[in-house]
Amino acid sequence: MVLAGNNKESWFRGQKRKMANKLINQLGLPKSIANIFTARNIITAKDALSLTEFELMELLDVGMSEVTSAMAHISELVCPPCQTALLLMEQRVRNESLAGHLPTQLKGLDEALCGGIPFGVVTELVGPPGIGKTQFCLKLSLLASLPVNYGGLDGRVIYIDVESKFSSKRLIEIGTKSFPEIFHKKGMAQEMAGRILILRPTSLSEFAESEHDCGASRQQALGWHVSFIKSLAEFSRIPIVLTNQVRSHVGDESLMYSFQAQSRSTKGDIPVTFDSHLVAALGINWAHAVTIRLVLESKSGKRFIKLAKSPMSPPLAFPFHITSSGIVLLDNDGIEMKGPEISTIHCQGQNALFNLEMAGH
Amino acid sequence: MEIGMLPISASKRGKLLAAGYTTLHSILRTSTTHLARDIEVSESEALEILNFATRSSDLDKSSGSNANVIHGGQTAWDMLNEERFSSLITTSCLDLDNILGGGINCKEVTEIGGVPGIGKTQIGIQLAVNVQIPLDYGGLGGKAIYIDTEGSFMVERVLQIAEACIEDLSEYSHHFYKDNQAFGVKMHPNSILENIFYFRVCSYTEQIALVNYLDKFVTEHKDVKIIIIDSVTFHFRQDFDDMALRTRLLGEMSLKLMKLAKNFSLAVVMLNQVTTKHIEGSFQLTLALGDSWSHSCTNRIILYWNDDERHAYIDKSPSLKSASAPYSVTSRGIRNSTSSSKRIKMV
Repeated sequence: MVLAGNNKESWFRGQKRKMANKLINQLGLPKSIANIFTARNIITAKDALSLTEFELMELLDVGMSEVTSAMAHISELVCPPCQTALLLMEQRVRNESLAGHLPTQLKGLDEALCGGIPFGVVTELVGPPGIGKTQFCLKLSLLASLPVNYGGLDGRVIYIDVESKFSSKRLIEIGTKSFPEIFHKKGMAQEMAGRILILRPTSLSEFAESEHDCGASRQQALGWHVSFIKSLAEFSRIPIVLTNQVRSHVGDESLMYSFQAQSRSTKGDIPVTFDSHLVAALGINWAHAVTIRLVLESKSGKRFIKLAKSPMSPPLAFPFHITSSGIVLLDNDGIEMKGPEISTIHCQGQNALFNLEMAGH
Repeated sequence: MEIGMLPISASKRGKLLAAGYTTLHSILRTSTTHLARDIEVSESEALEILNFATRSSDLDKSSGSNANVIHGGQTAWDMLNEERFSSLITTSCLDLDNILGGGINCKEVTEIGGVPGIGKTQIGIQLAVNVQIPLDYGGLGGKAIYIDTEGSFMVERVLQIAEACIEDLSEYSHHFYKDNQAFGVKMHPNSILENIFYFRVCSYTEQIALVNYLDKFVTEHKDVKIIIIDSVTFHFRQDFDDMALRTRLLGEMSLKLMKLAKNFSLAVVMLNQVTTKHIEGSFQLTLALGDSWSHSCTNRIILYWNDDERHAYIDKSPSLKSASAPYSVTSRGIRNSTSSSKRIKMV
């Protein structure tokens, strides 16, 4: 399931660069024009595509028709292969377990996700501390390592534990309680646990090889990580699950577009409420980048797991609680949420704290 | 000056000027041999320059006639006649189709932007399916190109929407042609999936290369009637230190897309992300890629939340009125909003 070994990093670097870094003189262009490109220091296809055709005409000192035909030739070679949606589906059905899904064994959630956590994309778990994100991750790790006839992927897992929250004791407990038949067999616990590799980086830079220098802004660094993680998921066709923290978002004022602002101002004063809720960290760019976002929250004393962002699921919220065998859904039908409510993150404790603070002023 | 109009290299232009050829007329008066000698190029190159010059001046001569005065120009009357027969692709939401004047316009570039989870990819997939609605049912019977830059194209969802579309068409035909079995919809969801050409783009260079290649691709697949780019923003948001270069590249890319839309009479739909901008003392939402980019599309639609409902707002269009319409995302795809109280709002 996951590529193990030392070569995987270089393989992924290779994948990403393969297309764009083809040398101009290896692309089969007529010698004369290829030489002109090189003479003007345009060595790779990427260099050529990073200039407009007009700029190339000026730089290479050739006519427009020559530039256009050379660029057409280069573009055809660099552009990605053409597939059809049917081909994609058939490949997945043929090659992958459950057409590319890892079942979470939470019936309602799996149904909503068309089988389970999808391969090839990034799934994010976001919620306040202590809500159950790590519990969910532990269970998923186990599920991926289980044999296929028990609903697993019979594969290996890489668990990147940034906050040192991984507990092997808890993992075995979940395994024993959820799959007693497997875990009571001699040596099975060791085999399953042996398939999960835990990496504990002391800092992010340790495991993420960055092409940018340390002076790069946070946005740029994040952008690079986003591309890398997404490419990783896609090329290897594995599920990638990550957890994200929350931060508080005070007040009722949500961001609006300029055309909305105009109509709002005519409506009169909106009463300011002190309803503080939480938002996912890392901002709107990151929110665009993840494919599936599962929000875990606590509201009115109950915990919910919500499909806040999922291209193929209705906006459902499932109540859950955590038992010795991990996360368990209390209702498999889910509650359909209207509107942006599906994306908001509530936390009982946080609200109470905030109100106390305000009262103090 | 006129020499500047000729599509020749800068050095040849320089040579012409240095040799005293400052106007087209001066070039036309001379012969190939003389020109070749004067500017020190081969005879074939000189002939090429003469041909360019002849073509340019021919267009000047025909200024008396009505049509095509300038190469590539068209009178407004001709355009009006063309526009009347322009094809529209339904969004499956009646309210949305209404504010769009019937649907997404072929021959135009439409940008659709909104916050994560509002339904951009959903609309993209719905259009990729709807373009295939057969002519008998008022559709275009065309194919779609889906350019995926973020990996958000989920095949499971395409299947859901395709199946729902076929069911709706069957219901429609059953309703109108109760006795006539021959009008049964013979489409299978798999054939809908087969007619969506899918490209996964992993960098901005691939994106630019693909847009360049589309001219050849669409020439070979003339039944493509829509190109969807989901999203046009993603690769241009990271990796770019030189913002001016980014603007130039985006500008060229959008020009190429407009040309594709016009030449092949297909719709180009670009999905865009949002970002925050500091305007007039507060932070506001705006579509990504900057101010110059906002000039690059013909129509611009912003998807947003209005209380609990999804709405689409026509932010920019040369022919459509600024209006807002509600829509919803269901298990069957994009549909009308279920709430009856909020209807189309004219702004």
